[in-house]
Amino acid sequence: MDNLHLDQHISRQFNADLEQLRTGLLEMGGMVEAQLADAIQAIETADGALAEKVLKVEDEVDRREIFLDAEATTILARRQPAASDLRLVLMVIKAIRDLERMGDEASKIARMALLLNDEGEAPRGYVELRHLATKVAKLVNAALDAFARFDVYSAVKVVRDDREIDVEYQSAIRELITYMMEDPRAISRVMNIMWALRALERIGDHARNIAEHIIYLVHGMDVRHISLSEVEKNIEAQK
Amino acid sequence: MSMQDTQASETVGSVFVDDAKFSVRSLSVRYGEDLAISNVSIDIAKTDVIAMIGASGCGKSTFLRSLNRMNDTIENCKVRGSIKLDNVDIYADKRDAVPLRARVGMVFQKPNPFPKSIYDNVAYGPKIHGLARKTADMDEIVETSLRRTGLWKEVKDRLTQPGTSLSGGQQQRLCIARTIAVSPEVILMDEPCSALDPIATATIEELIAELNSKYTIAIVTHSMQQAARVSNRTAYFHMGNLIEVNETEKVFTNPEHDLTESYITGRLG
Repeated sequence: MDNLHLDQHISRQFNADLEQLRTGLLEMGGMVEAQLADAIQAIETADGALAEKVLKVEDEVDRREIFLDAEATTILARRQPAASDLRLVLMVIKAIRDLERMGDEASKIARMALLLNDEGEAPRGYVELRHLATKVAKLVNAALDAFARFDVYSAVKVVRDDREIDVEYQSAIRELITYMMEDPRAISRVMNIMWALRALERIGDHARNIAEHIIYLVHGMDVRHISLSEVEKNIEAQK
Repeated sequence: MSMQDTQASETVGSVFVDDAKFSVRSLSVRYGEDLAISNVSIDIAKTDVIAMIGASGCGKSTFLRSLNRMNDTIENCKVRGSIKLDNVDIYADKRDAVPLRARVGMVFQKPNPFPKSIYDNVAYGPKIHGLARKTADMDEIVETSLRRTGLWKEVKDRLTQPGTSLSGGQQQRLCIARTIAVSPEVILMDEPCSALDPIATATIEELIAELNSKYTIAIVTHSMQQAARVSNRTAYFHMGNLIEVNETEKVFTNPEHDLTESYITGRLG
């Protein structure tokens, strides 16, 4: 589905350039999704080799960011895009930054996995981690899916679901702090889990950013820093 | 063309303004049987640099030429509707269009200096309109006009040389100086940079920004980047219809009409 009609320019090369930007973003997103899944598995199964692999992938994600940035710059310089084309290029420039940060956060989780391997597994926190990880992975997937289909309604759902993730993150942290107060010997190891939870929460925020960029892309409105109900009202008004 | 006056679509965007210099209502222009523009209504604000964009034959130049009755010179051209300049209909009577054209000046695509000296090119308008009694007055008008177009320093030592001896960009600035010498209120520009190189174009665009503090400016351009750079409002014409008028920033980032979007992004409409 392409409701932005990316393939309808008089210049076929321009069609191809924009399509490359779109698929490039989706590919980079796929890499980050896999990186996140591996990082979670590495921490859950204490798999050091898998954690090392996640750290290696980070370099490739960084390279993709630089490549897509250059592609977007070239389009700006050579085509002077306007309207939805301009918004697509701007959106991609912003979204690849979010994806790169997601990759950084996934690497942090992998580093926590390596630390836990050294120090021994934490006595608590894995249930919360698994729970949050499942939700965050779904959120990332939904954000990328919304981009693939330029689907504003799915994007709004991502913004909404990220709030739930924030709430669950807070409650998991409270629970683990309580535990650490009861058993101070576990502080160091539980802290590693808490850092991983923190990274997951940040990944959720970046997925929400991407969803906000999608709303900008499709409707041309900046929905950062305004309430969800206002966002929905504005989208209805655009219909 | 098979269009009818009545089937014109509604123009979207911010079409009307509070401080209108020009108020155009239900304007249709025909050349013989051909309808060049159909039922166009729009305000042009005193403070506007308004850009008219659209594909060839969309009616944007016809629209511009209606604003100072340049179409009068075309034999089978018929104009319907009303165009008010400061609330007075410029087509109300068939009186001489010359005073109107002193108030609403025009700059054309190709620089067209008269085969006269640089000085006389600028002095020509004030002379026929009787704007200067003494030579000193005329000297002042010529100098001010040339200064305002940034040409004074370049030509002040060779005012007696022919206008045609200047470069293309300088000639176009000379034509703008000639236009503003008669103290117009509005300057119409019909693709003023399409025959110029990028540097001369940039100079003219800079000049447009400066002139805007004194004059209302309406510009027809084929370069969308130019429209985006110089104008504060943009009007998009399509097959004789005025499709959209909006703030330039809105037109180029988030246009309201699908036809505008297709045109400015280079899609097949």
